[in-house]
Amino acid sequence: MSAEAYPPAIPPAATPKAAPPNPMEARQRHAAQLATHLKEAARDRRVEFALGTLAAGALALIAAMLVTVLVNAWPSFSTNGLAWFGPGSGANGDPVVQFRAMQTGTALPGHPLLYFRAWPLIWGTLLSTFGAVAIALVVSTFAAIFLAEFAPAPVRRVLEPVVRLLAGVPSVIYGLVGLLLIAPWVDGLISTPRKESVQYVVQLNGSCLLTATLVLTVMIVPTMITLTYGALAAVPPAWREGSVALGVNRWRTIQRVSLRAARPAIVSAMVFSTARAVGEAIMLAMVGGGRPFAPNLLDGLTVFYEPIQPLAASIAKEFGGNPNTPIGHTASAIGAVLLFSVALLSLAAWAVRQPLKRYGIGI
Amino acid sequence: MERLTPPPVRRIAVDRHPRVVAPTSPADGAGNGAGGVTSGAGGSQILARRRAARPAATYPPEERMQIESVSLAYGERWVVRDVSLPVRRGEVLALIGASGSGKTTLLRSLNRLTEITAGAGRAGQITLDGEEIHEIEVNALRRRVTMVFQQPNPFPMSIFENVAYALREAPGRRRRARRATLEPAVREALRRAGLHEEVADDLDRPALSLSGGQQQRLCIARALAADPEVLLLDEPCSALDPISTAVIEDLIVELRESVAIVIVTHNLQQAQRVADHVAFMHLGELIEYGTAEQVFDQPRQQRTRDYIGGAFG
Amino acid sequence: MATAEPTLTPPRAAIARPRRESTASWPLVDRLAYWLCWAVGIGLCVIAVGIVLFMFIKGISALRPSLFVESPATGALQERHSGGFKDPLIGTFILTAIGIAIALPLGVGIAVWMVEYARPRWLMRTVESAIEMIAGVPSIVLALFGLLLFARPLFSFLSGSANNGAVTGQSFLIAGIMMGVLAIPLVVGATREALLQLPARLREASYALGKTRATTVRRVLLPSIRPGIASGAVLGMGRIIGDTAILVILLPYLKLEGAGGAPLLSALRGTGTTLTYYIYYYAPTGDGNSPKKAFAAGFVLLMIVLALNALVTRLTLRSSGERAAARNIVQRVWAWEMWPWSR
Repeated sequence: MSAEAYPPAIPPAATPKAAPPNPMEARQRHAAQLATHLKEAARDRRVEFALGTLAAGALALIAAMLVTVLVNAWPSFSTNGLAWFGPGSGANGDPVVQFRAMQTGTALPGHPLLYFRAWPLIWGTLLSTFGAVAIALVVSTFAAIFLAEFAPAPVRRVLEPVVRLLAGVPSVIYGLVGLLLIAPWVDGLISTPRKESVQYVVQLNGSCLLTATLVLTVMIVPTMITLTYGALAAVPPAWREGSVALGVNRWRTIQRVSLRAARPAIVSAMVFSTARAVGEAIMLAMVGGGRPFAPNLLDGLTVFYEPIQPLAASIAKEFGGNPNTPIGHTASAIGAVLLFSVALLSLAAWAVRQPLKRYGIGI
Repeated sequence: MERLTPPPVRRIAVDRHPRVVAPTSPADGAGNGAGGVTSGAGGSQILARRRAARPAATYPPEERMQIESVSLAYGERWVVRDVSLPVRRGEVLALIGASGSGKTTLLRSLNRLTEITAGAGRAGQITLDGEEIHEIEVNALRRRVTMVFQQPNPFPMSIFENVAYALREAPGRRRRARRATLEPAVREALRRAGLHEEVADDLDRPALSLSGGQQQRLCIARALAADPEVLLLDEPCSALDPISTAVIEDLIVELRESVAIVIVTHNLQQAQRVADHVAFMHLGELIEYGTAEQVFDQPRQQRTRDYIGGAFG
Repeated sequence: MATAEPTLTPPRAAIARPRRESTASWPLVDRLAYWLCWAVGIGLCVIAVGIVLFMFIKGISALRPSLFVESPATGALQERHSGGFKDPLIGTFILTAIGIAIALPLGVGIAVWMVEYARPRWLMRTVESAIEMIAGVPSIVLALFGLLLFARPLFSFLSGSANNGAVTGQSFLIAGIMMGVLAIPLVVGATREALLQLPARLREASYALGKTRATTVRRVLLPSIRPGIASGAVLGMGRIIGDTAILVILLPYLKLEGAGGAPLLSALRGTGTTLTYYIYYYAPTGDGNSPKKAFAAGFVLLMIVLALNALVTRLTLRSSGERAAARNIVQRVWAWEMWPWSR
């Protein structure tokens, strides 16, 4: 209908004369483009290889760690054999005596200076770790439920960052607080007759199994609370609403639905906290009592007041700096034991979480 | 430099004379659209035939809940204003309306689920068998008036545990009741929900391994396990495929004998298929209430006519 | 008559605003559990506030400005009442700098490989497990490993030598390397989370333009996840600052001492310590036994940790959306770091 065609035609004069297509030029252009692409692809492969090597470096690091520690630990393990893990007996049976003897000299495997019986250390580690984790599990579960479900919003807004801050506090500060706040209090709890009852074996004071377990609990709890709270908050609200709509009260809903859904996270938190407690050297060196002693359960309540020096703390306290001395070999042996226990813990955690994946609960 | 040739192009054979595929006969195809216009004479005939084919209620409908002049607010915003409706066993009450009309809020207030939200307020009265529901203890109320949600939400447990959940939590029953004690009740609930044949062989399968329609039926079974008096359904089929939808709709029609059913739906055809009484709500107010034939075929209000005709939605 | 807009006036009858479900009707067991939750919650508040207050009060009372500028005093007589923590403070900064300088590039590189390349599959899975194992290794074992590895003539350039020619294996460089290893899992976690949260369309758009994967990572992805990387770096710094065990083994010296040679290299190869070891030394169980100094240093350390925490939650970013994203990443990677075996 309109006089002009659409799109408007370009007046012929303005069009530059199109050059006839030149096959040589087109071929060269294609070739250049292909060359660029090949170069970039090669560079991409180089980058991938480099990054992959870097990532494999992490593997190499772990392998190197295992090998190095085990090689240095070999003299201690080969001298003592499996009895390394057992209790000693007689005058030489006290790790205090053993450590004192080890501080200098060099020792080939079989040398008597390498004599070592780790049972008091292992027993101290087991008692303090499991005590702390058991208490922390109960306390942190209830505290996390409180934070997630029952706390008024302003309380939650204040408490959550505080708990996260506490989880980031260095362990040496917990040790300091434990020494100057908790240890004197525990010292007051020990009555004189109790001290006298064991005075031929060991001196009791505020730094003991009880203090160590308490401070370890206080150290672990903020982390576990944060993780459990995160897991509870991540439970799909559809499940909670469905349960409430069926007439189940809030607490039972939490117990049967939320906690079940959060179970993998709670298990992981527990395992991580156990690993952290096992590896905690500094704080336990400060408040444990400083004496490698196997608390005797037959002592009744006094067992809580007996000193301990767990495995990691022993490395911190006894190792001088020269890895080729007997103490160096023993410290490496302790380190190897720590490494393997942490690896075992991770395996246990993975195994415990498998059954629940079937029902749709996983991380 | 070699001569570069472009790679061979794979050609898709295009039929020069494509065959026109005729749509399947209306008997299968009608009623599967989501919302929209009631089709012309053909559509409503099919629906009328389906409605007539439904089994008649054996007993006369018996009033279960009475909603009297109820208004609901969230904070200062009024979501439902002055609605009065009866809920009867033996019939299905459908709440229809556009989004934001307050029908879901009204449904949730029937078992006091609105209280979960802070700042929810209510005026008016809702009675269950004569008792004001605020006088009844809330968990006891929710066991008598249960709800099924839009998205199927089976718990991350086995099928048996899902259905037995409400049974275990009922008061007076031992929490750790043995499986043998609970099994008959669980199977009965699954039968009522029409799921038993499909899962009877292995009740310990994870509930989340079922298909969407099966999961929704499991949720219905879970709601039925507590033997409720009223069953509330919040758009139960909106997330499901047409076949599962059809199965659940037949289920609803069957269940209305024993349980009073209130269903919220935005799918007009679904309301036509299952409902006995229909309440049309718009922006929080009850515009029209009547039997399904009345509201769909002879709506009294202009706005109802507009909605059913598809003027808005 | 239906109106277009609901009015705001309340209806005739009074509004009932029911409160949350009261617990009066619950069985006794459930009520006990509810009260227990509340008791634990209140106890938690009290203890948390108590610890923080205790450290603050004791720390502030022991703090003197001179502590910041004096080096630790040695010699039995003066040790208790004079000297400060200037050297350990400097040492903290040096060590954190070295540690992050190592952890950041390595961590980001590993994370990029794990998310963008991740071939072959078996390597990816083992690397994942390896990173998680590194996260779980006790830091004292890491320190021991550092000493065992580096106290060899082969690595004499990394640390000083003792009188008899044996390589000590104790220096800022070596401790810094170990601190870097400590921080790598955190950086990897944060970067991974950030990369996984990027929308697919970013990558798709870049590939559709013909860019290679390396170019995409460098030009598109890494700039987009800057907040996540920053969060990872800050988390790593927090871990480095708080660690004592590595110092007990590798840097148990109170004063900064060079190892001879060029100034910067001498300082790096030399010895010193950080605040954490200072606290350990002056605690009642340490050799120094001067609780006041320990408290002062502890207070300063707490302040640094607090500042880092605040930094994490209020990273200066371009928009509040990014800030929220960074916070999200921090929370998730925090959880990841603490769940070493979550995948």
